[in-house]
Amino acid sequence: MQKAVIQLETLSCPSCMQKIENAVKRINGVEKGSLKVLFNASKVKVDFESEIVAIHEIEKAIEDLGYAVVKSKVKPA
Amino acid sequence: MQRIILSKKNFITLVSAILIVFGFFSRFGLDNITLFHWSLFTASIVGVAPIAIQAYQALKVKVISIDVLVTIAVIGAILIKNYEESAIVTFLFLFGSYLEQRTLNKTRSAIKELTEMAPESALKQMENGKFVEVDVDVVDKDDILLVKTGAKIPVDGTVLFGEGHINEASITGESVPVTKKIDSEVFAGTILENGTLHIRADRIGEDTTFGRIIELVEEAQDSKSEAERFIDRFAKYYTPAVLFLGFIVFLFTKDMELAITILVLGCPGALVIGVPVSNVAGIGNGARHGILLKGSEVINDLSRVDTFVFDKTGTLTIGNPAVAEREFFGNNTDEVLAYLASVERESDHPLAKAVLQDIGEKPSFPVEETEVVKGCGIVTKVNGHLVAVGNVALMEREMVKLSEKAIDDIERLEKNGNSLVLTAVDGELKVIMGIRDQIRPGVKEQLQNLKMLGVKNLVVLSGDNQGTVDLVARELGLTEAYGHMLPEEKSAFIEKLQANGQKVAFVGDGVNDSPSLALADIGIAMGSGTDVAIETSDVVLINSDFSRLPHALGLTKYTSRNMKQNITIAVGVVLILLASLLFSEWMNMSIGMLVHEASILVVILNGMRLLRYRLRG
Repeated sequence: MQKAVIQLETLSCPSCMQKIENAVKRINGVEKGSLKVLFNASKVKVDFESEIVAIHEIEKAIEDLGYAVVKSKVKPA
Repeated sequence: MQRIILSKKNFITLVSAILIVFGFFSRFGLDNITLFHWSLFTASIVGVAPIAIQAYQALKVKVISIDVLVTIAVIGAILIKNYEESAIVTFLFLFGSYLEQRTLNKTRSAIKELTEMAPESALKQMENGKFVEVDVDVVDKDDILLVKTGAKIPVDGTVLFGEGHINEASITGESVPVTKKIDSEVFAGTILENGTLHIRADRIGEDTTFGRIIELVEEAQDSKSEAERFIDRFAKYYTPAVLFLGFIVFLFTKDMELAITILVLGCPGALVIGVPVSNVAGIGNGARHGILLKGSEVINDLSRVDTFVFDKTGTLTIGNPAVAEREFFGNNTDEVLAYLASVERESDHPLAKAVLQDIGEKPSFPVEETEVVKGCGIVTKVNGHLVAVGNVALMEREMVKLSEKAIDDIERLEKNGNSLVLTAVDGELKVIMGIRDQIRPGVKEQLQNLKMLGVKNLVVLSGDNQGTVDLVARELGLTEAYGHMLPEEKSAFIEKLQANGQKVAFVGDGVNDSPSLALADIGIAMGSGTDVAIETSDVVLINSDFSRLPHALGLTKYTSRNMKQNITIAVGVVLILLASLLFSEWMNMSIGMLVHEASILVVILNGMRLLRYRLRG
């Protein structure tokens, strides 16, 4: 299990949160209960199983919604 | 393609504005109605593109967002050839979100200032012994780092080599530089004002004290209260419900205009953004003033507190006993003080430290034939004189005669809550020192401020004897004072208050009173950012500055009121808009969108006021 902290470009609409939440939750290998989208900090925090899904797949799911990823940090949970 | 359109949103907004202005110019200036329609039609298409893309992305992940409502409304308006409405609505929506972003950044500025203080790079020693600049993320535990004058300390570590002065304001709030030498601890985010240090990394990144403060504040600004979670759940169903309502209205009335107007008027707009905005601005104000508030639930709870319970030592008092009063007998004072200092230098008694601090530098004499009298003091030979240092019992034992004035002084000093250190040289009383833990400067005024903010009960609980506690209570104007309290008795006392229906905040130093901190409705730790304090409490006053306490209370009251105002504005606007649709002739999509965007800006600006909050008085 890995822990990712993904820094996004500034989020400005609260409905972005719901979109990002739904998009990340649908990814296989993501620990749904751990998902946190921080609106004011513009960060996504999530645990994931690195054998099933790679960090860049999670990043891609978010970028596909139109939110640029600034950088992500991954460390063992 | 999608991303390009989204990234050019500001440009698109500008283009759509120009087209709209040109359209109205062609109509009223050139009297050309075809040109008017064409330019507004183009403005609508250009403007709706980014909104439609966002709507599509939202639908893909099964979210019905505001973008969906607006897109449908605009397409509907284009279909019924109402280009004027479609163009203006898209423009207002885009321009509104631009302004939202700008103002939102302002409300977040206080916390951003804090996170930007985080160190970014470090000079790391490589295998060849040379120091190379690297990103702070690649520094590992036990790496050796070089810190030069003016640089930020990148990690929590230990000094291996060198000496310097460090400004630790970012951790302790204290801006007087602290001297660091070999084996001193240094903290990430503090600044080396002069000197050069080699340090070993002990804790890195988020594990450093500074990293934890940042993480705490970041989590806090996005934490949600019960009310907010309710709003979120509500908004989740509200938006689809508006869409459904619009659809039903269209089915029954076949009035497209009315149906799409409902979609625009029903946008939840200010509702979802109102509370987070107050939250981030309030917590940001606190962070700027050395107050860490752990989230919006804490804000609500603290704003309702009516009883403050204080630990005495280290909270109301400084925690370091110091000499408060001195009485001299005879004249060779300097010589006596030098003897006293020589004796106390040998002692590890807690009062000895206070005595030495008070005397300062004095020539030191050899001390011989020391006899420690248990529970009384020390008798010894200094420079050929017999010196006795201790309490009244020691003086009696050494047959030191106490004059009438001395007996009066002793009685007075004891009544003032002092512990006494008497010094006799060759059987003659020379000095009486009264030592006590001093009340923090300004505490009395700050407690008065708490009362002005509506706090009813100010209680002190302490392990000290009742006499000392009563004294402190009288001096500070507290309402209740209890001494001889063990830690578990303190928490039992808090439970009793709570059973009484009181909202209790406990203020302690976070070291030995964690049960009380955890049990109280609000635990407030006055600590220099210690781990325990950060973990067990709801509020941390970083630099142990007592004046932050009324600020914190006032701020939470102000913030909590601000949230309620924002909810009222948001709900009120939606209700008024929907009602006016039923009862007035003039309501249309453009006005609805204008009011919506305006209400969003109003709640953001209202939240921004919190950044400037200061305690009056």
